[in-house]
Amino acid sequence: MSEYRLEMRDVCKSFPGVKALDHAQLKLRPGTVHALMGENGAGKSTLMKCMFGIYKMDEGEIFFEGEKVDIRDPLDALHKGIAMVHQELQPIPARTIGENIFLGRYPMKKALGFIPMVDHKKMYEETAALLKKVRMDFDPKQKLGELSVSQMQSVEIAKAVSANCKVLILDEPTSSLTQNEVEALFRIVEDLKAEGVSIVYISHKMDEILRISDEVTIMRDGQYIGTWESKGLTTDFIISKMVGRELTNLYPPRENVPGEVVFQVKDFTSINPKSFRNVNFELRKGEILGVGGLVGAQRTELMEGLFGIRSHTTGTVTYKGKELKISRPKDAIDQGVAMLTEDRRATGILGVLSVADNISVASLSQYLDLGVAINSKKVEKLVQDNVQKMNIKTPSSKTQIQSLSGGNQQKVLIGRWLANDPDVLILDEPTRGIDVGAKYEIYCIIAELAKQGKSIIMISSEMGELIGMSDRIMVMCDGRVTGFIDGKDATQENIMELAAQFA
Amino acid sequence: MEKKKTNILGSVWSWIKNNPIVVLLTVVSLAMGMFVPNFFSFRNLNALISNTTVRFLIALGVSGCLITKGTDLSAGRQVGLAACLAGTLLQDPGYSARMYQWPEFSIPVALVIVVALGAFIGLINGLIISKLNVPPFIATLGTQTIVYGIALVFTNAQPIGAFKDSYKAFVNGLWFASKEKGGFPGVPYLLAWALIFGVLFWFIYNKTTHGKYMYAIGGNENAAEVSGVNTGRTKILIYVTAGIMYAIAGFLLAPKSGGASSTLGQGYELEAIAGCTIGGVSTTGGIGTVGGVLVGVLVFELLKIVLQFLGVNPFYNNIVQGLVIVVAVAVDIRKYVAKK
Repeated sequence: MSEYRLEMRDVCKSFPGVKALDHAQLKLRPGTVHALMGENGAGKSTLMKCMFGIYKMDEGEIFFEGEKVDIRDPLDALHKGIAMVHQELQPIPARTIGENIFLGRYPMKKALGFIPMVDHKKMYEETAALLKKVRMDFDPKQKLGELSVSQMQSVEIAKAVSANCKVLILDEPTSSLTQNEVEALFRIVEDLKAEGVSIVYISHKMDEILRISDEVTIMRDGQYIGTWESKGLTTDFIISKMVGRELTNLYPPRENVPGEVVFQVKDFTSINPKSFRNVNFELRKGEILGVGGLVGAQRTELMEGLFGIRSHTTGTVTYKGKELKISRPKDAIDQGVAMLTEDRRATGILGVLSVADNISVASLSQYLDLGVAINSKKVEKLVQDNVQKMNIKTPSSKTQIQSLSGGNQQKVLIGRWLANDPDVLILDEPTRGIDVGAKYEIYCIIAELAKQGKSIIMISSEMGELIGMSDRIMVMCDGRVTGFIDGKDATQENIMELAAQFA
Repeated sequence: MEKKKTNILGSVWSWIKNNPIVVLLTVVSLAMGMFVPNFFSFRNLNALISNTTVRFLIALGVSGCLITKGTDLSAGRQVGLAACLAGTLLQDPGYSARMYQWPEFSIPVALVIVVALGAFIGLINGLIISKLNVPPFIATLGTQTIVYGIALVFTNAQPIGAFKDSYKAFVNGLWFASKEKGGFPGVPYLLAWALIFGVLFWFIYNKTTHGKYMYAIGGNENAAEVSGVNTGRTKILIYVTAGIMYAIAGFLLAPKSGGASSTLGQGYELEAIAGCTIGGVSTTGGIGTVGGVLVGVLVFELLKIVLQFLGVNPFYNNIVQGLVIVVAVAVDIRKYVAKK
């Protein structure tokens, strides 16, 4: 018996144009939490997909409990005891929790002794037991779509647990969870660990990694960099290994000087009584206003309201004393307000279209000859300017945006808005799911825009980013603004105090 | 980054791999030309051009719907109704059994009336889809049935023939036709329609904001809306344009077929959708080119002529066409299916 539960040796995997994995390796001990770290595009998810049988390795070997194995597909992986909770959940919202958990392996019974049919009673009983095990108290017959994202995630974990897995892969499990939910998840992880399950934990959040993991493996550019015991590791050490150089500053110096008040929001209230209400705030020229709060504080809803994606009942928005009439995004754009939305995939990228089309879509009407024909040269110049200015890494401007990494997609989307030269730029979680290096570049862009005199509103759930980037921080809780903190005085504690005022 | 090999053989091979259907078409045509007498003849070419033109116009109309993740099942019936209306408006006034005793219309006026009807039906489709949020498949399934019903009522299920000579000449005419027997048969007027609308659609799809917005909606409708695209208006305009294209196709089809009836155009929507798909228009939205649509339509029309030349019993046509749809798309889609 090997000392490792599972070993991956010298795994190589190429996609057209990229070598995603280059002799990567991973060694999992039983009953431990093993953090897998690296920038986006470092190959973490690809390696896990090889382990789970979604991808076929070009080269390399996998040993499971000391024996060389060949994992053909996810079903095969599940049979061997390897389960995976995906970064993007793939549930079927219209079916019940029980049906989702037992999808593909429904417990069966024979009606009249010979007609095979699904044993619903057994399925729901087992579901109830599993949910209890992951400390969740739902009705197994509830439709999955009625749950929150974090609750769905718990269901996904219950599904993995139900396979009696020996190896559990958690790919960015906390990216959309609140602090309480993260704690709940950690309790489940501890329980599983105590039962001897090996857990691979992929995350970008340093504090979580240092808290929950026993060992850390770091990857860069598809290569194995090393494995260390978590005890005694520092954030700086991990980041320097991930990016391959010393990162002296997490945030760029800011040279912007907030000027006079230009943008004012008064008594802004949603049509939905549970959403934002009586919001008042003002924004200065060249100011970065951070917006903090817990998940569910209605920060996104408020900003989408200002941008015309959602409706409001009362309230006024003025820019330089002139009232803005906004009932849909186009109105906002025409009046100099732009918004980078939170969910890049759902409301940001035009996946199958080119980088060029993605950058130019919101500003095409500026580049017309004779009022009808798009001047391709001007558009291409706009695109090239953006690609250069923001250091967008793309093979060409004709490349489909969906093939770029998250950080580069985000830069393209920022470019889309800058093409309109907005006065007020709303950024909703601008660095979510983006690796450390690209994050820094995006911070630099934000700082530069503020210096140029643009007024910026930045929603962020990352405390460090909020404190490190904001001139002022507006904190919300339960649809209301609970206070403002000057950027220099902001601490995790005083933000949390305001964020949890009614919780 | 690895430097790309630039040898000619390599790039030819990659072009072949990316355009298997064009290659197949060329090979089949060359083989037919070599082994079957009269396949390469102007007369045959003219038949191909005439048949392709009408289908191409319909497919252009449908392509916008498909690129925005929609569809238009009412296309064929709209063509049929337009053909009936055009035929009625331009029936020979001297013909004793005229359908309606209307005053005489000139060709341009009749064309405008027919196009207005097409635009109106398209507008209805667009409004149902973008204002009432009915899925395009269902919305146009409904209008398909309604339009057929209108055609039945309008024609009383009677065929319409005896068109004015000027109308027949306007559609079926030829340029540069030789007077001698067996000489150059001429270039069909219909070719001009295909060229004009091909260029016009290429321009709209590539050079106008409307075209760009169409691709953006197909790529991600929510993101397009957030980027300031008026998605509702764009979609309505797409269905109106589609209706106009079906109307023009119907206007041309009546004299080309020598008559119109309420059943004319039945199933054309499926052929147009299949042609678009074969030509690389993605049913998941956001992808499609005018050139691709032309190739897709050509595949079908060439196939029909090939089968006819080979003397295949026409009853087999549907079987072969169905196979071609599946095989062509299966081969073509390999370009897009992500390798695992």
